[in-house]
Amino acid sequence: MGDPEPVRVLLAKLGFDGHDRGLKVVARMLRDAGCEVVYLGLRQTVESVVVAAEQEDVAVIGISMHNGGHLTLGPKMVQAVANAGLGIPVVIGGIVPAEDVPKLTDAGVAAVLGPGTPVEVAIATVRAAARSARALP
Amino acid sequence: MSTDAVLSDLLTQARDGSRRALGRLLSQTETGDARAGEVDRLAIAEQGNAWVIGIVGAPGVGKSTLTGHLAAAAARKQPATRAPRVAVIAVDPSSPVTGGAILGDRVRMDAIAAAHGVFVRSMAHRGAAGGLANAVPIAVRVLGAAGVEVIIIETVGVGQVELEIAMVADTTVAVMSAGWGDAIQASKAGLLEVAEVLVVNKADQPDARAAQRDLEQMLDLGVVAGGAAGWRPPVLATVATSGEGVDALWSAIEAHRTWLERSGELDARHCAHLRHEVRGRALEGISRRLDAMLASTDIFYGPDTPDDWARRLESRLCGGHGDPKRPSSPGMPAEGHDITRPEV
Repeated sequence: MGDPEPVRVLLAKLGFDGHDRGLKVVARMLRDAGCEVVYLGLRQTVESVVVAAEQEDVAVIGISMHNGGHLTLGPKMVQAVANAGLGIPVVIGGIVPAEDVPKLTDAGVAAVLGPGTPVEVAIATVRAAARSARALP
Repeated sequence: MSTDAVLSDLLTQARDGSRRALGRLLSQTETGDARAGEVDRLAIAEQGNAWVIGIVGAPGVGKSTLTGHLAAAAARKQPATRAPRVAVIAVDPSSPVTGGAILGDRVRMDAIAAAHGVFVRSMAHRGAAGGLANAVPIAVRVLGAAGVEVIIIETVGVGQVELEIAMVADTTVAVMSAGWGDAIQASKAGLLEVAEVLVVNKADQPDARAAQRDLEQMLDLGVVAGGAAGWRPPVLATVATSGEGVDALWSAIEAHRTWLERSGELDARHCAHLRHEVRGRALEGISRRLDAMLASTDIFYGPDTPDDWARRLESRLCGGHGDPKRPSSPGMPAEGHDITRPEV
């Protein structure tokens, strides 16, 4: 077995965005790295993600974006998590133009993982985010 | 604050409707160490009284979708309060190699369950023998302590798990789909022996009626044990994708509950559940010690047989006392009480 306490990660796509191949690959990757992946899949809302994150007590929320809505939905997701008092880091993956990355991190997104991110980097990013979540009171 | 105070504070919040607090408490049940014991002690003191329904069936028969609808049907019957009245525990397997897991049951039950305020928690089985997460019985008590009245446990029905779920649930529902197999399949041991309610899902498909008829004939022959004498498992037809037949299924589950309560079977069952859980937890400790002993023992072929080795280890593990079932074992009378098999 891997970690004594596996890192629980929630994975979802928000809104009208039907490309979930990438998210499924990431789910498998994280599973193989010893994480417990709570997979919500397609057509979620920021509200449904917050409810699931509370019930599942996850350490990280991973959102996949392929519809260009990241600048709207990324900050909205971070805000919804903060409003619920959760302190769970939000990581965004998918297609995000380089110039938008700082805008997202400024808005509180913990990390942005684009296409071609090496598996090890993605896993390390999720683990680091999980540690930061646990450090919160 | 002490740990106890923190946990008890979380439980108060959970009863006031905090999903986050309940989520946190459920994580404690999964730690597998003293923290799980602490939260269990707290939950037991509250004496919750939740009805526990187990859903078993092969992958792909529609368990998750049906569970979502069933949870919604249960929620419609419960008076609305701040705290959730209906909860789902969805168990999926962990990888034996990495310990990781993909918990995907929410995909098929979330929309309908969320609309009715159902609390859904996914659990990886984390290598538990028997296939049901060790945390499940504790999680059931925690949910009960938080005021949840109906708990639906959904799990993958492969191998030993059917028996495990029957040792946690008050009512076990076995789900099959149209074209699930013939009379011989039904005669095989396992799924049908523990089922108290039988469901043929995907009833809009051809052959659904044939599947129902096969099951009824099986019941006539007494092949389906139904958990206890005096209860004949009803066979229901559902279409989980549309919700058709779900209200009738819920009524059948309620009828089983009424029967359990009136027949006095419920108390006997809870007693058996407790004995089974204690046995499982004791076995875990014993098996850890056995593994440690194995790791430090050089084992080789011949002249001793594997059975000779096993008896030697067993004898060392039990402080010189061997298996009481084997009169030849040293240091134990033949008529010794068999503590290895409690009557569960």
